[in-house]
Amino acid sequence: MSTMENEIIGMIAKRVRSAAPAPVTLGSTLDELGLESLDVIEMAFDLEERFNIEIPFNANNSTGPAFKTVGDVVSVVRQLVQSG
Amino acid sequence: MSSRLSDSWCSRVSRTVPRVVITGLGVVSPAGQSVGDFWPPIVAGDSAIRPITLVPAEQLTSKIAAEVADFDPSVHFDAKTLSLMDRFSQFAVVAARQAIADAGLEEQCGLATATIIGSGVGGQTTLDESYKRLYGANATRLHPFTIPRLMLNAAASHVSMDLRLGGPAFAVASACASATHALGQAFRMVRDGDVEIAVSGGSEACLTLGTLKAWEALRVMSADTCRPFSRERSGMVLGEGAAIIVLESLEGARVRGARIYAEIVGFGMSADAGDITLPDANGAARAMRAALRDARLEPDMVDYVNAHGTGTTVNDVVETEALHRVFGDHARRLAVSSSKAVLGHSLGAAGALEALVTVLAIHHALAPPTANFLEADPACDLITCPTKHATCRSRPPCPTPSPSAA
Repeated sequence: MSTMENEIIGMIAKRVRSAAPAPVTLGSTLDELGLESLDVIEMAFDLEERFNIEIPFNANNSTGPAFKTVGDVVSVVRQLVQSG
Repeated sequence: MSSRLSDSWCSRVSRTVPRVVITGLGVVSPAGQSVGDFWPPIVAGDSAIRPITLVPAEQLTSKIAAEVADFDPSVHFDAKTLSLMDRFSQFAVVAARQAIADAGLEEQCGLATATIIGSGVGGQTTLDESYKRLYGANATRLHPFTIPRLMLNAAASHVSMDLRLGGPAFAVASACASATHALGQAFRMVRDGDVEIAVSGGSEACLTLGTLKAWEALRVMSADTCRPFSRERSGMVLGEGAAIIVLESLEGARVRGARIYAEIVGFGMSADAGDITLPDANGAARAMRAALRDARLEPDMVDYVNAHGTGTTVNDVVETEALHRVFGDHARRLAVSSSKAVLGHSLGAAGALEALVTVLAIHHALAPPTANFLEADPACDLITCPTKHATCRSRPPCPTPSPSAA
């Protein structure tokens, strides 16, 4: 597992709100981790600040990245860092 | 003593509740800077959303807005007065002057007139420019009128001073409901006999770099346009402007032979008491039920609803659900449209601009369309005016006001 993956998993883990938190893995869905819409928006902001990227994520737009799982988030961030 | 109190109480409760009518209208909006210019684009569904010019577009992701184009404050105010006024106060005063003139009350307003103006964010232009000086240009001082320009009640104060209205003057702030709540307070103050006349509405001038970037950060803005209730909707678009309405008792209006546009028969409000951004159909439904109860109207007596209809994925679905809950089977017979596709979302002024649309809809017995509508969304199945010039079943309210609610 790369450093970036570990760091992103750590950033998401800090937002987990479920009463009995399961380990955060690449396969965990943000939904099952208890992240609500505002958590996802704040997570996107944290990732943009940390990795100096612009994530084209809009709560109304299905054409932007779909953050279903932690792996989706890692994948989007990695692509944006590499293309930046 | 107790007997006298009792008599007094009896006379008060048996007194007929005054009816409240609308006799003056004024507007400064992206669709027009007078009521005469405002209505045709609303009816035609001509959107005023354009590429933004008030701030540098290269710093924005969503580069569109509904601006009040070609607004020249020097036409309306002298330099000394202007130095005290943020753009949102300028809009409010210009719209209020129109409304008072329209009502024929230039010489008759006075100590018994309230001024209640909603605004969501107040003097944002002043705030943005001031902070830019401090943090960007390392200025050591700010303009001495920074506070009177930016305060949330500045618009109400300037309207009160400009028109010499000596009744209560205050702002109402409740985000996108600010102007609607302001009009509700004005309605109740006139109905309760606290004041003879109220000048009320909302004003917003929020198209600053700081405000736009802050809205972008919430990730609800459209880069396309505003398409309320449409399957292709992609978020909201900010707007600006002011609408001001003159309210007075039916009795007073009749005595002076005033033109009556419409009657306000009820008002209701509620809080979701839930999420700070996510709307809840129960909260919206409780507000609508409270308005109907206050008006003593049955749901099937309503013809037209001017919806909030922001064009965000969530709002439009939740609002549709709320309408279903309140209106039941009658919901499918309602005319429902949103004006934000034409006007953008002017935050604390939106409720006043949309109240103006509703008053004109009643006055002209015409439900305006929802502009920019493409394909129907099954989750937003109540939008009944997606085409231009859909006619409404409203009963003409003049010259005798009849119950109408929105």
